[in-house]
Amino acid sequence: MAQRTLEVAVGRNPEMGPHGRPVPSPLAPFDLPEPEFDTQEMLINIGPQHPATHGVLRLICELDGETVLSVVPDIGYLHSSFEKLGEYRTWNQIVTLTDRMDYLAPLIYNCAYVMSVEKLMGIQVTERCKVVRVICMELDRIFGHLLWLGTTAIDVGAFTPFLYAFQQREKIYTLHEALTGARITTSATRVGGMMADLPAGWIEELNAFLDEFPKTLAEIDRLLTTNQIHIGRTQGIGMISAADAINYGLTGPNLRAAGVPYDVRKDRPYYDYETYDFEVPIGEHGDCYDRYLCRMEEMRQSVRILRQAIARLPRGPINVPDPRISLPSKTDAMSDMESMIHHFKLITEGIPAPEGDCYFAVEGSKGELGMYVVAEEGSTKPVRWRIRPPSFVNLSAIGKLAQGHLVSDLIMINASLDIVLGEIDR
Amino acid sequence: MIQRTTGGLEAVEQGPLASDPPRAVARSEAGSRSADAALEPLVARFGSAIRKHRVNAGDQTVVWIDPSRNVEILAWLKDDPAQRYDMMSDVTGVDYGKGAVDVVYQMFSTTHKRALRVRCELPYDALRVGSVVHLWRSADWLEREVYDLFGVTFEGHPDLRRILMPNDYAEGHPLRKDFPLRGRFSRAEQTRRALAQDVERFYRPDDLERGGTPQEVDVSGHGPARDEVGHDPVRGGKGG
Repeated sequence: MAQRTLEVAVGRNPEMGPHGRPVPSPLAPFDLPEPEFDTQEMLINIGPQHPATHGVLRLICELDGETVLSVVPDIGYLHSSFEKLGEYRTWNQIVTLTDRMDYLAPLIYNCAYVMSVEKLMGIQVTERCKVVRVICMELDRIFGHLLWLGTTAIDVGAFTPFLYAFQQREKIYTLHEALTGARITTSATRVGGMMADLPAGWIEELNAFLDEFPKTLAEIDRLLTTNQIHIGRTQGIGMISAADAINYGLTGPNLRAAGVPYDVRKDRPYYDYETYDFEVPIGEHGDCYDRYLCRMEEMRQSVRILRQAIARLPRGPINVPDPRISLPSKTDAMSDMESMIHHFKLITEGIPAPEGDCYFAVEGSKGELGMYVVAEEGSTKPVRWRIRPPSFVNLSAIGKLAQGHLVSDLIMINASLDIVLGEIDR
Repeated sequence: MIQRTTGGLEAVEQGPLASDPPRAVARSEAGSRSADAALEPLVARFGSAIRKHRVNAGDQTVVWIDPSRNVEILAWLKDDPAQRYDMMSDVTGVDYGKGAVDVVYQMFSTTHKRALRVRCELPYDALRVGSVVHLWRSADWLEREVYDLFGVTFEGHPDLRRILMPNDYAEGHPLRKDFPLRGRFSRAEQTRRALAQDVERFYRPDDLERGGTPQEVDVSGHGPARDEVGHDPVRGGKGG
């Protein structure tokens, strides 16, 4: 029996019709006049409890038949007021709030928060800490993109990539667990360093993951990139121009898919990202397919960065050698008078900050993740702690992206934005 | 003399001993303290509308501007070819609890790769500032959030209503310093209000006007499929 396959290699050639979309096969011709129907616009709720909204999101759609006339997202169902809670917590206590926001890439949020506080206080972390945080952030970029990949593939009917992606995510969960003791709520960072150094054998496990992961990624790539169904559902859907994308504040892969080469790691480098050898993928059409391609390539680039980071991981202390910032070891705190005093002061009072404010942006898995902290002279709690939420700003463009598309395409557009409601609602 | 044990937790490097002298290098001021290139032309052009400026956190320029001229100044920052702050990354508020709310704009120029922070200080009795949605669409939700959480009115915003809190939230603006952490109402009152909700309040009036009666439709197709006479095709029996 001849082997049958659904896969058809189609590129973006002009024969495919406008915007590179495949041309549907012609229907049998008929001469009947278009019947007159009495139509009226419909108001339909998608969500807030719906698997395709990727969280507790409610989309109020105004429809003409199946065509979307307008979409009004309704958010706030998960609002936990993290920013208000932060004003009642010391600098280090806030770390546990950050990973509850984006539970799909928690380490990036842990790192971004303490990096902004360290910048405000003028703390220089150790070289080892820098590289360890780069490893954490790049690992979680893969972690976040894999979840996006699996769930988005399911939204357009491809089930296998979901299983492949979650199999790989499970390995990253195991790495999280070995590093921090938790799979999702990692809380791995502290002001001036990390909760703990890398455990023995962790780098070997990470290397094993990096050896295996590109193979799985190539398999998913083969299942989706040239898959005609996937292309039909994504090419030309939810297009946005470069100028509009900037104006709407899109960041991350959503912006780069529209052809704007803005990556915080390249344009406002932190933690020596300028010395790592990696490329930033740029799309040209700004549609769902280009967003897919950008994220796929970003995962491959993250593997490259991870390998370089492992190669340059220096020895030495991971925490800042300053007893006013980093906690002493437990044994010292129990046996050495001065360590005990430092421990007591750090736990009960916290770390005093200088007066001022600081906005620190990192390239999160969803886009530009900014942390804005405001302090008064000597305050051990923030006057204001603000998260610049990439998903929040990205989602606000969905009305523009979905206008004129079908309801089924709205699901794909929503998925392609890669939102996480925990961070949108905060 | 304390005998230090090895292995276990001690195998992990956890920083210095408290008895080590504190090292000043850990907390030096990072980066240069030169101000952003936008500052000089701003002061030259707008003069007294630039109220003060400083460099925070090592290398971040902060400019306080006159709130009544914010749209004019921000539009110039966006359109002037030497500035081109074309991305409004963030709009937020800061309340120090001292009689004023600051509206903070984080701007970035994708052309010149520069960032700038602009702040407008608004006294409690005049929490009004011009909206910049017509310049940056990204400001739409961000200004709504500041309105929701701080009570700042953005004049000219096309759709200024609450975004994170419910539309009919009656307890005020949560991120203000005078707002207690657990809300102004008692738990009993909060529960009573939650139970007395009106379903219509989840729609905007113009949604209802345009779209007619709201309909609950299960677009996923995962809902229970039943044929006309009420038989459940999955179970095959008569009814449930």
